[in-house]
Amino acid sequence: MIRSITRRKPDEELDRLLEHQNRVFIFGCGTCTTLTNTGGAEQVQAMQEYLASKGKLVTGSTVLPVACDNLTHEGLRAFSGQINQASALVIMSCAFGVQNIASQLQKMVIPALDTLFIGKETGVGQFNEVCTQCGTCVLGETGGICPVTACHKGLINGPCGGTNNGKCEIDKNKDCAWTLIYNRLAEIGQLDLMKRFQPPRNHQGEPSPGKILLEG
Amino acid sequence: MASKFKQALDQGKFVVTSEVAPPKGVNLEKMAHHIELLKDKVDAMNVTDHQSSVMRFPSLGAALMVKEMGGEPILQMTCRDRNRLALQADLLFAHQRGINNVLCLTGDSVVLGDHKTAKGVFDLDSSQLVAAVRKLEKGKDMAGNDLDGAVSFCAGAIVTPEANPIQPQLIKFEKKIEAGAEFIQTQAVYDLENFKNFMEYARQFPVKVLAGIILLTSAPMARFMNKNVAGVTVPQEFIDEMASAPKGGAIQKGIQIAGRQIKQIVDENICDGVHIMAIGKEELVPDIMAAGGLL
Ligand code: SF4
Ligand code: SF4
Repeated sequence: MIRSITRRKPDEELDRLLEHQNRVFIFGCGTCTTLTNTGGAEQVQAMQEYLASKGKLVTGSTVLPVACDNLTHEGLRAFSGQINQASALVIMSCAFGVQNIASQLQKMVIPALDTLFIGKETGVGQFNEVCTQCGTCVLGETGGICPVTACHKGLINGPCGGTNNGKCEIDKNKDCAWTLIYNRLAEIGQLDLMKRFQPPRNHQGEPSPGKILLEG
Repeated sequence: MASKFKQALDQGKFVVTSEVAPPKGVNLEKMAHHIELLKDKVDAMNVTDHQSSVMRFPSLGAALMVKEMGGEPILQMTCRDRNRLALQADLLFAHQRGINNVLCLTGDSVVLGDHKTAKGVFDLDSSQLVAAVRKLEKGKDMAGNDLDGAVSFCAGAIVTPEANPIQPQLIKFEKKIEAGAEFIQTQAVYDLENFKNFMEYARQFPVKVLAGIILLTSAPMARFMNKNVAGVTVPQEFIDEMASAPKGGAIQKGIQIAGRQIKQIVDENICDGVHIMAIGKEELVPDIMAAGGLL
């Protein structure tokens, strides 16, 4: 299953965002940020303590089951009293949830997390970004490994000169996508795919912001 | 008309290129000094483009200066900082101002440089940039629109003969040639036996190859490169040799080693030329050339 992967913002940034907000309500999310330990019950509790230590009045908190879901409005209604007493909402879901909540309440929202990527859990506690939804999928030519995402530079014609021992030039802990793709294509006997010159990508497959209306 | 550098390549003479590093700032004195010193000694000077993703005076401006001072510039262009509109526009400008050699590079990640939070563009890659040059030469832009006045360039690219693993690198190398690269400058090569194997393979392609020579300045610098520079391996014997230099004599040792390498490349006709990188010590290039019997 894919998850929205988040990381807590640094204290300094949170402090700055909350500078003029003295009464806050805190939201967690029972789905992705619970799984990644960034916005579950425990982290909401810790946030409550942190904000109290900074002299904020926490009017209440809740962990919404799925902050990005349309049903969230029901959860919001259940806490409307405490929410109304707050001047700002500190939200420990991913940015999808933040926007969902913001669209439903006339309140200042403060994301407590940075949303890093939509990732797949590839091991216990390990999440990898495998697709950035680019709009013009090339997986059919790369053996099912995404160069747009897995290559730091999004290169589609093979490795750059920085690749070293199968790792990426930016981080010895990150695989070079093009070593992975080469190995995969070699395994399935499709290296000719890599030899084919790829013209420059279409970066406007779906010009941002994406919006689709299903027909019929 | 073919550029002077292109003519030198075509004549089949042993070609020598070196580097010009634009400064961080607008004081161009040191660069001007290097250009003056080298312009009549080397066949062309590569002008680096925000090398290692460190913001500097632009390569285009420095290449113009080389030209104006009577030298032969090779404009290095990376895909890191410009999208395809900006790259094409700069190629038009370069050609119009008489800069007719270009080295197409993907470019290092911004994460490695001094503006670590910048956006890396990479709209194109090095092979696509070579293809773009060829298209502009046909009087069309990349979108297929007619140009009012076409460009012409001697276009090249790079390869890392000691990359590990090598196979993916060679596929990219072949794509660059297929896209129209006429010359290849290599990452530094120290193990010439290895390099000979690479050249045996590379000779089957219609491309001129200039071996990269990086001046060793000290044993720690050599070790640093082994550890941190992708695809560069300084053999232990060279490191030992550098370490054996008397105090203050390391640079001389480095010059000797580079000279020896150049000599062997010339004597054994291993490739078509050398690209001498004296990183920050460009004033030593004539000494290296002399040590290599080129002056
Ligand atoms: S090419 Fe990569 S980023 Fe684009 S849709 Fe396919 S998997 Fe996703
Ligand atoms: S090292 Fe590999 S993954 Fe990293 S930018 Fe270069 S080609 Fe892409």
